[in-house]
Amino acid sequence: MSAVINVHDLNFSFGSGALTQPVLKNVTISIYKGEIVLMTGPSGSGKTTFLTIIGGLRQAYHGSVVVLDQQLINSNEQVKVKVRQQIGYIFQQHNLLKSLTALQNVCMTLEMQNSMTEQQRLDRAAEMLRAVGLGDRLNYKPDQLSAGQRQRVSIARALVGRPQIVLADEPTASLDKQSGHEAVAILKRLAKESQTTILLVTHDYRILDIADRVVELEDGVIKNA
Amino acid sequence: MNITAWFYFPARLAWRQLIFDRTKLIAATCGVLFACMLVFMQLGFRDSLYASAASAPIKLNGDLFLVHKQSEAMWRSIPFKRSELMRALGNPAVAEVYSLYLALAPFKNIETQVKRTLMVYGFDPDSMIFDIEDIQNKRIELRLKDTVLFDEYSRPEFGPVRPLLEAGRNGTEINDYKVIITGLFRLGISFAADGNVVTSDLNFMRIFPERSLSNIDVGVIRLHPGSSAKQTQAELSGQLNEFVNILTYEELLQHEKDYWANMAPIGFIFGFGTVMGLVVGLVIVYQILFTDITNHRNEFATLKAMGYEHGYFIRVVFASAFFLALLGFIPGYVLSVGLYHLAESQIFMPMPMTFSKVITVFTFILSMCAMAGFLAIHKLKAANPADMF
Repeated sequence: MSAVINVHDLNFSFGSGALTQPVLKNVTISIYKGEIVLMTGPSGSGKTTFLTIIGGLRQAYHGSVVVLDQQLINSNEQVKVKVRQQIGYIFQQHNLLKSLTALQNVCMTLEMQNSMTEQQRLDRAAEMLRAVGLGDRLNYKPDQLSAGQRQRVSIARALVGRPQIVLADEPTASLDKQSGHEAVAILKRLAKESQTTILLVTHDYRILDIADRVVELEDGVIKNA
Repeated sequence: MNITAWFYFPARLAWRQLIFDRTKLIAATCGVLFACMLVFMQLGFRDSLYASAASAPIKLNGDLFLVHKQSEAMWRSIPFKRSELMRALGNPAVAEVYSLYLALAPFKNIETQVKRTLMVYGFDPDSMIFDIEDIQNKRIELRLKDTVLFDEYSRPEFGPVRPLLEAGRNGTEINDYKVIITGLFRLGISFAADGNVVTSDLNFMRIFPERSLSNIDVGVIRLHPGSSAKQTQAELSGQLNEFVNILTYEELLQHEKDYWANMAPIGFIFGFGTVMGLVVGLVIVYQILFTDITNHRNEFATLKAMGYEHGYFIRVVFASAFFLALLGFIPGYVLSVGLYHLAESQIFMPMPMTFSKVITVFTFILSMCAMAGFLAIHKLKAANPADMF
């Protein structure tokens, strides 16, 4: 099995000089293709920071972070943009564009791909929304949808580009137990179908059952890699 | 990356975001519309001023014109000796010369007796000095003593002259001298004179006893067919005294316009009004774009996390600016056309909506919005996904 995410001795801190606040300390972890990894830990343990480094959103300077064969440590903007385009991101809040319909929101992922025609984009996005059970809500705007439905739209948005990796940052935080579980179950089903790797950060213990592996991060240190 | 994706997608996103918040869109459109109308009106008045300044010289029928070097404009000309004009006849290219006498004088409203100043033109009725049919047809009547023709396009304060003439009431006073209006013509007013009257050179001297036939205001020179105005102008400037300016037809028109554009502060005032309109529009559009970016910061950061590049968001902002320019310009243009008609009917000044003016104003508005977009894009830096999540 090949590792799609390979992190070795990653150190990261906020601030500088006397105010330096270490967040991640010698983090080493490999995540393999098709794996579903849940990262748990108390708030402030550096989970989200770790996720933003993997996702190419935050620049780290020490250690090694290889994502999809790209070294992200001291990388330039082009490398990060390239990595971001191959990653599906699911946020704590749904972060949908409120002026766009569900279908148009999902299409935003595909508009970066020039090889498709507009009709192909719409078809693929609609198909994806049907797969998350929103086939009858294609033309609804986010504020006409429930919280669970919105999160499902954002799952569709993350998966529609057939990414190699999906990064999810507390995707169930704003959902009740049932819709939270529904959302991650859909995520798991679709990821398994397409051999997508998932790294999911959460402290929602109700969804641990979907994971292939659970790692715990505490004070910037991985306890059971 | 193909061009459709490069521009169409960000433009479409900008459009969808604009139409999502209708209230704000209307407010933004009103801002651009306001700026647009202000600029249209300022330019309209300015061009109308220049056009009206040339309304009399544009109808003059000649190839070269003599004016005193000290004359700022025709309406406040300095007379010079007619002998100077006669000397021009010495040039073989010159066919005929005619004298034009000008003066501002009070004209008594036939009905109300109120006096108001207008411009009086005096010339030999046979000279065909004005290229206006109604004047040329009346040359026999103009030869009679104390007869004048009245400009129908004069301001209404001079009285309803046409119905009065039809009713047989044709006597009035110019410069306290009794005259008879024997007909009407159409010329148009300017900022210098609210009305016009033409008469024969001899009648002109009767109305203005202090003037003399040998002191003329403008000398009109006609050349033999086939002669070059430019060349004759150059020859004459060597032959005539240096206190006269020899102008071609185009130079005379420019000379009259330049007076209002440069000598009088009026050209500056309208230019200043135009700039102020654009500045107000700029500030409004900038505010709209700026708050738009602030409100969409989270969404932009999300798109950035999905792999959209910084340039995409710059294009979104400029596309929004472009749409605002277009949305404000179209109603602004329609309303300005209405206001131009209103102005024409109320102040009797020509206010044509020319194609070049439409293009000019649209370019101004577009640059204004682009400038606002340029100022607003620095706010995009706030949309940093790492700080967002």
